[in-house]
Amino acid sequence: MGLLSKKDAKLITDPLADNNPITIQVLGICSALAITAELKASIVMALSVMAVLAIGNVVISLMRNIIPSKIRIIVQLVVVAALVIIVDQVLKAYAYELSKTLSVFVGLIITNCIIMGRFEAFALANGPWRSFLDGIGNSAGYGLILIIVGFFRELLGSGTLLGYKVFGDPIEQTGLYAYGYENNGFMLLSPMALIVVGIIIWVQRSRNESLIEEN
Amino acid sequence: MEYLELFFKSIFIDNMVFATFLGMCSYLAVSKKVSTAVGLGAAVIFVMLITVPLNWLLDHYLLQPGALSWLGEEYANYDLSFLSFIMFIATIATMVQLVEIVVEKFSPSLYNSLGIFLPLIAVNCAILGGSLFMQSREIPTLGLATVYGVGSGIGWFLAILAIAAIREKIRYSNVPPALRGLGITFIITGLMAIGFMSFGGMLTGGDKEETKEDKTAQVEVLKNNTEVFANNIKVNK
Repeated sequence: MGLLSKKDAKLITDPLADNNPITIQVLGICSALAITAELKASIVMALSVMAVLAIGNVVISLMRNIIPSKIRIIVQLVVVAALVIIVDQVLKAYAYELSKTLSVFVGLIITNCIIMGRFEAFALANGPWRSFLDGIGNSAGYGLILIIVGFFRELLGSGTLLGYKVFGDPIEQTGLYAYGYENNGFMLLSPMALIVVGIIIWVQRSRNESLIEEN
Repeated sequence: MEYLELFFKSIFIDNMVFATFLGMCSYLAVSKKVSTAVGLGAAVIFVMLITVPLNWLLDHYLLQPGALSWLGEEYANYDLSFLSFIMFIATIATMVQLVEIVVEKFSPSLYNSLGIFLPLIAVNCAILGGSLFMQSREIPTLGLATVYGVGSGIGWFLAILAIAAIREKIRYSNVPPALRGLGITFIITGLMAIGFMSFGGMLTGGDKEETKEDKTAQVEVLKNNTEVFANNIKVNK
């Protein structure tokens, strides 16, 4: 990578695995779970968070020397809220159906802990370029988990991926359904999202013993 | 009746944590001990009690399409609803600060138990989520909005209390190493959410009461049918 030094590249790759915002830092879980019943919604959510976090990180990083530390939380909230309003209006304009499915969860990006967490932990202490990379990296790590969860929930729950029927048609009994395969409707219900994330954490920590925490 | 129904609905059926996954971050981070969980839960109830009705007022007199008509005819066409995110979060953040100052001044003992949690709450998704759901579900009156706020707060309180109690006990069990801590908490929460789904049937039973008009309409349909039937018989004869 010519553009990125080794240290900068680490900012992007770390959050994808060993410092994942969802499974290790325990940030931003609220929205991760509620909207993952469909893969498409997960991807749009991941992209929205990426836009907000990357731009927000740069803005906060540029202002870091002029924000009085006492009111920094309100300043950060206003920055995020302004960016989220833009994302929300764009979604309403170009993907109205999808913005209906995401309903209030677009608004809840404002209180997504990843965003406040990264502002506090990174953007307030680093320059704009590094903050931008940190924003991209963390939201990619977040998006990765969202997409994995969305993939399994949509595949097992309704037998489709992005609306494309992978296993055949359940009504006309084609493909796998001809052999008696049934969709697991339970995967579409919200509790299964928690359990799927639990299993992802289990797999990740079994592979990397150093991540195991005390009871 | 309406109030009671919304109250129980917001506690059990639409539980903040188990049905919509709001406030999960603090729910997972602050649930290691029952005593701290109780403190945070109480603070959430308190803040929701204040912010949901306040945001209802904002929504109805400032943000909704046509909400500004109380200022005069020429303002009736304004639609400021795109500003609702920023208004709601600003209200919440300022209210939290205000509550913190007031509590510190008048009740130092309460401040000592709640104080450290109050700043955390400004960024708790459950609080903003409460206001956004209040808006998207179109709760009609201020009273109902207050009930909804308190109910959601209590629901969140119950959830964090339950998981904190379970986590205190689970310390003595033999969990697979890789699941310890976060992993098992997720799975337990999932199982609890499945349990809470059973409350879903609670309010559907008496949902549709037949009104007097429905009954008279049915009687008339019945009358018409018998007349038609009688006519048919005549014709057949």
